[in-house]
Amino acid sequence: MIPASFEYVRANSIEEAIGALQEHGDEAKLLAGGHSLLPLMKLRLAAPEVIVDLGRVDALRGVCETDDGRLAIGAMTSHQDVIDDDLVRQHCGVLADVTAHVGDAQVRHRGTIGGALAHGDAASDLPAALLALDGSVIAQGPNGRREIPASELFVDYLTTALNDDEVVVEVRVPKLDGDWGWRYEKFSRVAQAWAIVGALGIVKRSNGSIEDARVGLTNMGTVPVRAAAVEQALNGNGTDAIADAAQQAAEGTDAPGDLNATPEFRQHLARVLTRRALEAAAG
Amino acid sequence: MTAVDTPPSANVGVTKLRKEDAHLVTGRTSWTDNLKLPGMLHVAFVRSPMAHAKVTGVDVSAALEQPGVVAAFSGADLVDNWSGGLPCAWPVTEDMKSPTHLPLATDEVRHVGDAVAVVVARSRYQAADAVEFVEVDYDPLPAVVDMEAALADGSDLADTSLDSNKSFTWQKIDGDIDAAFDGAAHVTTRRFINQRLIPTAIEPRAVVCAPPRETRETTLWSATQVPHILRLMLALTCGVPEHELRVVAPDVGGGFGSKLNVYAEEAVCLVLARKLGQPVKWTESRSEGYQATIHGRDQIQDVSLAFNQDATLRGMKVELLADMGAYLQLVTPGVPLLGAFMFNAIYKMDALSFTCHGIFTNKTPTDAYRGAGRPEATFAIERLIDEAANELGMEPFELRERNWIKHEEFPYTTIAGIEYDSGNYEAATAKAKELFGYDDLRREQQERRDRGDKVQLGIGISTFTEMCGLAPSRVLGSLSYGAGGWEHASVRMLPSGKVEVITGTSPHGQGHVTAWSQIAADALGVPYEDVEVRHGDTAVAHKGMDTYGSRSLVVGGYAVQSACDKVVAKAKRVAAHLLEASEDDIEFEAGTFSVRGSPDASKTIQDTALAIFAAHDYPEDMEPSLDSDATVDPENFSYPHGTHLCATEVDTETGQVTIRSYVAVDDVGKVINPQIVEGQVHGGIAQGVAQALYEEAVYDADGNLSTGSLLDYYVPSAADLPHFQTDRTETPATTNPLGVKGVGEAGTIASTPAVINAVVDALRPMGVNDVRMPASPRNVWEAIQAANGGAA
Repeated sequence: MIPASFEYVRANSIEEAIGALQEHGDEAKLLAGGHSLLPLMKLRLAAPEVIVDLGRVDALRGVCETDDGRLAIGAMTSHQDVIDDDLVRQHCGVLADVTAHVGDAQVRHRGTIGGALAHGDAASDLPAALLALDGSVIAQGPNGRREIPASELFVDYLTTALNDDEVVVEVRVPKLDGDWGWRYEKFSRVAQAWAIVGALGIVKRSNGSIEDARVGLTNMGTVPVRAAAVEQALNGNGTDAIADAAQQAAEGTDAPGDLNATPEFRQHLARVLTRRALEAAAG
Repeated sequence: MTAVDTPPSANVGVTKLRKEDAHLVTGRTSWTDNLKLPGMLHVAFVRSPMAHAKVTGVDVSAALEQPGVVAAFSGADLVDNWSGGLPCAWPVTEDMKSPTHLPLATDEVRHVGDAVAVVVARSRYQAADAVEFVEVDYDPLPAVVDMEAALADGSDLADTSLDSNKSFTWQKIDGDIDAAFDGAAHVTTRRFINQRLIPTAIEPRAVVCAPPRETRETTLWSATQVPHILRLMLALTCGVPEHELRVVAPDVGGGFGSKLNVYAEEAVCLVLARKLGQPVKWTESRSEGYQATIHGRDQIQDVSLAFNQDATLRGMKVELLADMGAYLQLVTPGVPLLGAFMFNAIYKMDALSFTCHGIFTNKTPTDAYRGAGRPEATFAIERLIDEAANELGMEPFELRERNWIKHEEFPYTTIAGIEYDSGNYEAATAKAKELFGYDDLRREQQERRDRGDKVQLGIGISTFTEMCGLAPSRVLGSLSYGAGGWEHASVRMLPSGKVEVITGTSPHGQGHVTAWSQIAADALGVPYEDVEVRHGDTAVAHKGMDTYGSRSLVVGGYAVQSACDKVVAKAKRVAAHLLEASEDDIEFEAGTFSVRGSPDASKTIQDTALAIFAAHDYPEDMEPSLDSDATVDPENFSYPHGTHLCATEVDTETGQVTIRSYVAVDDVGKVINPQIVEGQVHGGIAQGVAQALYEEAVYDADGNLSTGSLLDYYVPSAADLPHFQTDRTETPATTNPLGVKGVGEAGTIASTPAVINAVVDALRPMGVNDVRMPASPRNVWEAIQAANGGAA
């Protein structure tokens, strides 16, 4: 577990970080907690020549409300700080609940929301959550900032729409004000492992029926996915429609096969877990 | 006499906080990797990425050009340094095949991780970087990964120097096995897969070696369980005179058998330090260790039980395929044989046939892993008894009770030919059933079955025994093991009355310092705090057989007791002399010698120690020393037993298994320190549960280790495990003076079948009669699917 040698750059501001990325191009990687990057480096599966550490950029930490009524979470906010944040708990408790499933206590205190999303791992918990929330990230590069919706952020296996010289500076999620319920069903081999499959159900209830259903699936393809067919089958219907709707959870997914699950077993789990998540969310 | 907080005779049987723990839990440890010596260099190994290949060329020249690199050697460069290959001390049959196992491969690599070259640099990082510059040319050969395919005619060979993949066939038949099966009213037959496991001690292996300086002594520190065995074997392998080699096992962080070996890295570091004249260090990374440190288990078990009409047992047939891996390490071929005496377990039968085929594959070698042969045997018999009970329509406890050895039948010579000295299966079982709430759980199980609950409840039973306390030397000799099973202790009374105990056992987490202090304190009648225990350094503990096979207390503790008894006998003579009384009139209690009938005339054992140090006035016919040595050879194995009960909830939709409750009632004989015993039982159960539900070393068809790191090899943590409710019965062993039986492996041996029996019991109404280990969601779900398919 000895990484290849690398140059270490400590960025004191977002601009310094972008400057370092411009200078070193695709030889550089941002260090934003390090709980995905450093294990890969220690296994020598990744060997960036330059590490640009965002750990001292205080401007990237904390949560605030935006003018358009959303929450803006600094990219370097640790998972634990997201879990503990009053604004998150009040307006987007689902994000706190999903984040509580990330890794173990050590990972949650060192890992960051921006780092986890920029890594773009379909097997980790936050990408599917951002997708189900219709959230987005704000990326800053040499030419300024741009907003990338979650639906466009995750491009392929461990690949995002971020450019080499861009830094995720903020994560934006909607305020779920109103009668929302949610449940994240994470299914894993041991407590701190990645999900074999995860299903996040988010439901807005109205007069005893489902007004808005969202389903985000973890580890059901190279990118996180929404179970669109399930959502469509539910919107406007009562909760008794959940069991049938959940049967469509694996449609349009590209479930991988590995030691933990064949594609068939993953599809089956997606259906069961989606049903359970939605029933709990709607209940 | 000094005032003491605790009465000096009240140490054995009492929980004492472990003397070892303060430095362990505050990080003031001396792990091998913490050692830093002046001028120390760092070693990194170049390992084969292929399971099987001819090595056609090794070029280290580019590596030598890298920053900080001091030396680099191929296997061929070092071949003249070996007096022999790495040792296998257990040639189980005369015709056993054992490929030559050089510390660095020269012409053929036989598993992924087989070392072919070595780099020495000024820092660990430089050494790791330079490894990538060693050019090795491999000519790939077919990899042998499947034991049954390996036995087929015309199979590829795991080692091209051999003519088949079979190392040996070992057979033991007791009683008339044909008659037992021919006349049976019922036969239950199953195939069980006891999967390959990776021991995963918390401290990785590490080696430091310092070459001779003022003297001719070479010192090797290693994270090992066996410093004494290592010293002898490295002396033989590397051609270093035994008396010029000192081996030290400093703080060692767990082993479970994985550090009961003589490894290539130890031999290479020894040779490098002497060759380069500078100290060297090597520490494995976790993923390196997963390839280079022994694995455990890996058996295919074909087993049958034959019953009479009244469900009494007639006989058992066992046929094993045991995966040796690519080489025979220290005791690789002997591991399945330790199970040969245990398949019959606690049951009476008229015949037992055991056949084991040792098979070579292109995988990391297997060797002893916590329980070594007995977990495999116990799993098979306890699973099979449950299956037989189901087939016979009997309550699983009823079938067990009908066939187990009754309390009044001890000592009992089993069909395998060994004598169980003591046991009380009825008492342990009754206690376990009560603690578990067995009848209530059976009721709840029926209710869940009746209402077709998606989450079914299963109850698993394991009424186990095992044989440990390795071992009577003559028995080991009869099994062709290369050494004896005795143990040594020295006890020294210092002039101030303090005590040094030197033990030949080599603790690596067990708490010997605490337990041996308790034994010595009571035996000598001195305060517990006045005893220091030294171990693990061949220059200090000059003689020993080390720690494995739950032997340390049973044999090593016995040696401590025995040496203490000799000290007391000498001190008694001194006291009699000083008190001017006949030795026959001297009584010894709680550290004080007194003259019978004259309670005022007394000397403490400390008084005698000072008197014999001064040596002004002592008996003429003795030497002026109380110090004593004892080397004891046990007369028999010891046989811990117990009843473990597990309740699992199985989610039939997802295959997820959750342990709801677990009760363990163990009988380990007399107990020296209850808390240490409880800790051993907890950890043991966890490790057995790990085999049942979580862990499996998986190789792909090309011989690559697919579970090559803790990312893929699932070791459960506290968060995954339930509360274990433990209790004990106490039936003293009759074969050692302490009455102890050993507890290091019992939990692991017992728990795996308890858990799997519970999983199968939960799924029985769905037509499931077995689940492949580990009972992961995938394996459980697939078992349910297969049963559904069968019913449709």
